[in-house]
Amino acid sequence: MNKWITGALIAGALVSGQAFSQAMAQESQDAIRLGIDVPYEPFVVRNAEGDLEGFEIDLGNELCARANLECSWVEQGWDGIIPGLLARKYDAILSSMAITPERERQVLFSLPYYNTPSVWITARDRDIDIDDKASLEGLSVGVQRGTIRDVYVTQEYGDVLDIHRYGSSQDVVNDLKSGRLDLTFEDFPIANDAIDFRQDDSPYKQLGDSIKTPTSIFGEGAAMAFRQRDKALAAKFDKAICEVYADGTFDELMEKYFDYDLSVRPSEQDCAE
Amino acid sequence: MEQLNGWFTDLLSDNTIFTANTLGFYWGGFVTTVQLVFLSLVIGMILAVPLAIGRGSKRRWIKLPIYAYTYVFRGTPLLIQLYLVYYGVVFFEGIQDSIFWVVFKQAFFPALIAFTLNTAAYTTEIFHGAIKNTAKGEIEAARAYGMSRKLMMRRIILPSAFRRALPAYGNEVIFMLHASAVASVVTIMDLTGAAYYVYARFYAPFDAFIFVALIYLCLTFGIMFVFRKLEKRLLAHLRPRGA
Repeated sequence: MNKWITGALIAGALVSGQAFSQAMAQESQDAIRLGIDVPYEPFVVRNAEGDLEGFEIDLGNELCARANLECSWVEQGWDGIIPGLLARKYDAILSSMAITPERERQVLFSLPYYNTPSVWITARDRDIDIDDKASLEGLSVGVQRGTIRDVYVTQEYGDVLDIHRYGSSQDVVNDLKSGRLDLTFEDFPIANDAIDFRQDDSPYKQLGDSIKTPTSIFGEGAAMAFRQRDKALAAKFDKAICEVYADGTFDELMEKYFDYDLSVRPSEQDCAE
Repeated sequence: MEQLNGWFTDLLSDNTIFTANTLGFYWGGFVTTVQLVFLSLVIGMILAVPLAIGRGSKRRWIKLPIYAYTYVFRGTPLLIQLYLVYYGVVFFEGIQDSIFWVVFKQAFFPALIAFTLNTAAYTTEIFHGAIKNTAKGEIEAARAYGMSRKLMMRRIILPSAFRRALPAYGNEVIFMLHASAVASVVTIMDLTGAAYYVYARFYAPFDAFIFVALIYLCLTFGIMFVFRKLEKRLLAHLRPRGA
């Protein structure tokens, strides 16, 4: 008889405990804190009034609104940004963090929300078709040694292009301008700063589309990071990311801050649930 | 033998870096380094002989420009000289359309020019020192035979000076081999360039650089061996008897 009573008591305690922890979770998820490393223009900066603004601030607020969460921002230096998450100083990181296998061991990533593209650039008067491999035979391309662009060019064009590997992207640009290089394959933001190729009368031009795939080389992109156990929270943000892509809000925000495409549209499969 | 074989297989069993592909990079780098160093040394030496003679001339208009040249090239780092030749030449207006561009377009020739000028400057000073230190007795004997300055230079001073310059020149050859490691900054895939590539590709600095260090060691050992042999033969007359 005693056994039955003890059993009932334990069961009761378990049930109520669970309800209690659920209530706690409910409360803490309605108001969540996002960790971010400031500044990283144009993703996040502190304006003259002392408020945070930028692409990731707008995007983060938008995602929170869609997930029905009350979000606040917590500033955190980059070095301590993952330890800060694990120590519960904030509940998620939204700070241009690229998905890597090393970080995946520590944190849970959302779907990626952006990735910077890479571009082929050549002189305006050159007539080069980057997709016609046979016609590229013997042309020279400059890349920064050991970067993902180096890996991509070596893997995809190693048999036709003459690959020059430089220690810095500045050297690549110098040799493109000196005429030693026929082509360069460069990170879009870097190229945007260093090479005049966007206008119709620029001395250089972009060849083909901006490139972000395969993800095995270029990475999946930047994503939000959560504690491993917060799967439900991550799922809410995944859904919100799918939504901002689906209804064009992401493109609006992107056009506000950037004049190039850094979207990584999630697949239908990722957005299925 | 079997044991050795087994040890070797074990050693390479979980090796992902030294594949045929990367070893090919190292081999290409080896060929480039040897080519670059050998050519610059040969051309440098050919330049250095007349320069060394001129450096000891009594005429100031011959002596001073050569002194200025060796002073500048010995007084500045090879890396800077390489940068100036490689990135500097493009600032000459219209060089891209001139016939020189064939030479300066590739990275190899600017590097060869910088290395040659550098080693020629050092070699000039080495030879000049050896010529200056020629024993007075040898010169007086040549004069006593009624030799002209030209003949004396050709038959007595230069052969004697070259022999005595040999140990110092051997050092210069080894220095040049090691200095050639800077070639990789202008995209030349020399030994160091290959090591940099493997390092950047696999994030394995220790493996990549220890391997290339061993190759440099082997090359240095070969150079030392050749110069040891040469010194033994050519400097036999300077050794004490019975040694």
